Amino acid sequence: MFRKILIANRGEIACRVMRTAKALGISTVAVYSDADAQAQHVGMADEAVYLGASPPAESYLNGHKIIEAALLTGAQAVHPGYGFLSENADFAELCEQRGLTFIGPPVHAIQVMGSKSAAKQAMHSAGVPLLPGYHEADQDPERLRAAADAIGYPVLLKAVAGGGGKGMRQVHGPDKFFAALESAQREALAGFGNSDMLVEKLLQQPRHVEVQVFCDTQGSGVYLFERDCSVQRRHQKVIEEAPAPSVSAELRMRMGEAALQAAQAVSYVGAGTVEFLLDQENNFYFMEMNTRLQVEHPVTEMITGQDLVAWQLKVAAGQALPLSQQQLAISGHSIEARIYAEDPQNEFLPTAGKVSWLSQPQSSANVRVDSAVVANDEVGVFYDPMIAKLIVWGEDRATAIQRLQQALGDYCIAGLTTNINFLTRLSGHSAFRSAQLSTDFIEQFAGDLLALDEEEVQRHGLLVCLYEALRAGHVESGCPWQGRDNWRMNAEPAQTTALLIDGVEQHITTVAESASGFRMSFNDKDYWVTGELRGNRLVAVVDGHRQHATVVADALGWTVFGSNQSTYVGRVQTDLGQEQTHDDGTHYKAPMNGTVVDVLVNAGDQVAAGDTLVIMEAMKMEHAVKALVDGTVTDVYVAQGELVDGGIDLVGFDALDS
Amino acid sequence: MNQIDSAVNPRSEEFAENAEHMQALVDDLRQHVARVAQGGGERYQQRHKSRGKLLVRERIDALLDPGAPFLEFSQLAAFDMYGEDDVPAAGLVTGIGRVSGQECVIVANDATVKGGTYYPVSVKKHLRAQDIAQQNHLPCIYLVDSGGANLPNQDEVFPDKEHFGRIFFNQANMSAQNIPQIAVVMGSCTAGGAYVPAMADEAIIVRNQGTIFLGGPPLVKMATGEEVSAEDLGGADVHTRTSGVADHYARNDHHALQLARQAVSRLNRTKPTGTDLADVKEPLYAASDLLGIVPKNVRKPYDVREIIARVVDGSEFDEFKALFGTTLVCGFARLYGMPLGIVANNGVLFGESAQKGAHFIELCAQRKVSLLFLQNITGFMVGQQYEASGIAKHGAKLVTAVACAKVPKLTLIVGNSYGAGNYGMCGRAYEPNFLFMWPNARISVMGGEQAAGVLAQVRRGQIEGAGETWSEQDEQVFKQPILDDFEAQSHPYYASARLWDDGIIDPTQTRRVLGLALSATLNKPIEETRFGVFRM
Repeated sequence: MFRKILIANRGEIACRVMRTAKALGISTVAVYSDADAQAQHVGMADEAVYLGASPPAESYLNGHKIIEAALLTGAQAVHPGYGFLSENADFAELCEQRGLTFIGPPVHAIQVMGSKSAAKQAMHSAGVPLLPGYHEADQDPERLRAAADAIGYPVLLKAVAGGGGKGMRQVHGPDKFFAALESAQREALAGFGNSDMLVEKLLQQPRHVEVQVFCDTQGSGVYLFERDCSVQRRHQKVIEEAPAPSVSAELRMRMGEAALQAAQAVSYVGAGTVEFLLDQENNFYFMEMNTRLQVEHPVTEMITGQDLVAWQLKVAAGQALPLSQQQLAISGHSIEARIYAEDPQNEFLPTAGKVSWLSQPQSSANVRVDSAVVANDEVGVFYDPMIAKLIVWGEDRATAIQRLQQALGDYCIAGLTTNINFLTRLSGHSAFRSAQLSTDFIEQFAGDLLALDEEEVQRHGLLVCLYEALRAGHVESGCPWQGRDNWRMNAEPAQTTALLIDGVEQHITTVAESASGFRMSFNDKDYWVTGELRGNRLVAVVDGHRQHATVVADALGWTVFGSNQSTYVGRVQTDLGQEQTHDDGTHYKAPMNGTVVDVLVNAGDQVAAGDTLVIMEAMKMEHAVKALVDGTVTDVYVAQGELVDGGIDLVGFDALDS
Repeated sequence: MNQIDSAVNPRSEEFAENAEHMQALVDDLRQHVARVAQGGGERYQQRHKSRGKLLVRERIDALLDPGAPFLEFSQLAAFDMYGEDDVPAAGLVTGIGRVSGQECVIVANDATVKGGTYYPVSVKKHLRAQDIAQQNHLPCIYLVDSGGANLPNQDEVFPDKEHFGRIFFNQANMSAQNIPQIAVVMGSCTAGGAYVPAMADEAIIVRNQGTIFLGGPPLVKMATGEEVSAEDLGGADVHTRTSGVADHYARNDHHALQLARQAVSRLNRTKPTGTDLADVKEPLYAASDLLGIVPKNVRKPYDVREIIARVVDGSEFDEFKALFGTTLVCGFARLYGMPLGIVANNGVLFGESAQKGAHFIELCAQRKVSLLFLQNITGFMVGQQYEASGIAKHGAKLVTAVACAKVPKLTLIVGNSYGAGNYGMCGRAYEPNFLFMWPNARISVMGGEQAAGVLAQVRRGQIEGAGETWSEQDEQVFKQPILDDFEAQSHPYYASARLWDDGIIDPTQTRRVLGLALSATLNKPIEETRFGVFRM
């Protein structure tokens, strides 16, 4: 076994790998960028080596620097985690050349599986079922469209070198083919330096079911059963579970063996995942193989009782697989929910900012939180906006869902928008409970999943007022002038608070009847509200209904974490008469922190409403900034490739007088 | 310290009856105050708001530190004084509030009330607020939105010593004493009114709202034929860019008030710290008891210590000369941790009580301990025995002590305030820093019945001297209008309307009102006292 390994990654996966390494008595070396100088994974490692500036290209994607770091610290092996260099054959090769063990599959396996067309050919020869598709090198747009026409719409365009939903487009008819092709090619080129596309049949409401395989250097291989990762938005997984619901033992075995066959076709070693699309008739088709440890590996660990990182290390050290197929069994059900800094109400665009306050569910045998984000961390633009993985286990699926709901309720993050409310509604949805899973799940039920519990939103307004009233203190202490109870002569100490609830200005009047009892009027209704505040924890009794909440205040408002959802309640900012930025279509600001992918206009250009001005990208997602009205671009303030903060002006614009 | 052991039984029938009576008075007071708070009423408020202006109380709320208390003065000023003309709060709101951590006097015109013009009592209220500022070294913030003197009443507004001109005299002299004067021009500032910002240390003006000019456009047209808009004549641009009459340009009301808060934060003032402060303790007994303690029947005696027990910290009260001159209760207590000497009536004043009071006031002046007078006094004892024992000179000692003591003085009238008792107990003429009344209070030279009785005796003497007879019935007819006049004129609303006090307060708010007032007085360092000659 290795004495020391380097983890060429960051965030929760780096921490995850180190936990196992430590348990096995292996010393750990972390690497870090400027943005991560204070990060958790750095503190957790025995040693840490600085790589460079924050952009991945200068740090976590810089294979040479990482290898130097490993040699400097005497690490014997490199664990690449997921993402970054984990599926980079050149890096794996470089490691081997410099005498370092790459904790992953052989270079050849990475190469074959890394190219969609090569992979499909290999799978075809090995007899693994494939989707009808076009995988040729000829990239003539007309040729591609002819192939699509032959397969029959809808089809899926995919970047040959792609992954993670990047460079991927659904095409529902021949007329939309070229526009989709162009945009997919651009994304692929920017993302992977290769714009080659393949065309596949798009299945109706298929499920994404993947099989975890493991092979050792002695030629043995096992499968650790499947995971259902159907619940996706923008081709990215949100909820993963194991085992996949309503997969029979017979189907499980067929898929497992097919997956193993796929792995063995490329002489695979280590942890790998074979992704299949499973249609309504239980036909499954090979999609791709991920030649690394997956983000969602914990659900497999939870149902098998195995530590997959430990397996990786053992296999990489040349040991045999710890268990045989016969020794592996499924116990219970596990679900993982990915907690992202993103705004489900705004097309799941990534959000960025400082985690001003954080409270996580208690970890236990049934609840696991894999995270490297702590309070005051910036969740920025440089890396993945995933904040944490919340993994639960239950004797059966229903119990696991219950636990997931509970744990999501205990997960409080203030300072930036997250998808926790969304996950709570998703995991509570009847279609999810009854496992009506498909990759269209989120689109299909978007209406339900994005709706807020309006009553609770309004109630959170009352809780904000209670929080403020309790904080102000009815009974003044010290100098009587220090009271903040709005005391007035010969009148009730009434305080009217203007709040932005769900974007609407609302007024709540609070009259303190005692130190902890308040009469509140809100929307022509009166409430009797009492409560108690300990730090951020609020116990509120609204007209006899006792409930718990957590309230976190910041300069612009309050985050209220209730039992079912959290709400951001804004302070109404005083109108100080500043020149307002009117929404007259002449201001174009970056919608988020991110990278300028393309600037499509020059100063002086005449544009029409709807024309795209700038394309921005933040973590795997493109966002087009379009002209709202006809007019002239007077200035362009950003350049292609530039990293910009959310809110800065992108272009100057003069609206055409109508 | 000694705790007062209350003998009040809040479950007794008498208590309930008293409380019901007092509660009715409080409810009436609160209703009047609530109506006054509506200023000129819905129609004028809407018109005011439609111009993008905040209402006067909204301005004050925005000026104050968030949630800060506001000790308002003279809420019932001008109440029922001008016949058909209803002038709520005399057209201006005054009081003390915390701005940027600093206690300040705020004088704010209410343009919804007669255009914010000054009635005679408006002037008195403005001047009284300035007095309070001067007496307690509190910075002044004027939120100006006024049409100036109320022309039909100009004879009682303009010429006299305590009339309009005194406002600017005070501004100049306070500025000289480094009591900052800040003006925020949020509406008209015409003629004399133009001097409020012009005399201020710093002035802020709101664009499109504030105007400052000696003669408004109508007067200019009459005088010179020149036609000019108010904004061009004296708006924010003119005064901040060209004339220099104002210093800071505000974009709207909120911005102006923020600039005023910033101005206060630059004053470089700290509250003097010469006082021995202790931790604050709430009283042991509920403030709501105060409603049931005072007998419905004013003649019925009660122990004033029951009131003290519900006002001071921990209900703790160390009496001075507890066994001597017992109709005047004197002693030391704390209010919100601040030391306080209390002088409280517990019956008619005798020579001993007056001497005891004078002694106690000397003690407090020597130690720089503030004084609280709790007035419930029908007067000094009369009769041959008492005149012979020199009650007049003993009373004079008390009056001298009260008049000369330079410590902060607070007066609260909790019952009667008659005759020389009013003087000895620090009535308005003795310049207490603050004077408040409970809604059951009565104030006059003597009780109505005594006055009617005295006048009836004189009348009877005249009639019977002329050999005629005067029936009991005729005497009653003679006395009734006197009784009615006295009742009307001794009513606290009558007093408060005329600024004989700084306000009528809900008894249950007594502790907070006195605490705020006492704390405000400590902004001025306490001076050495020099007493006049005590007649021995």
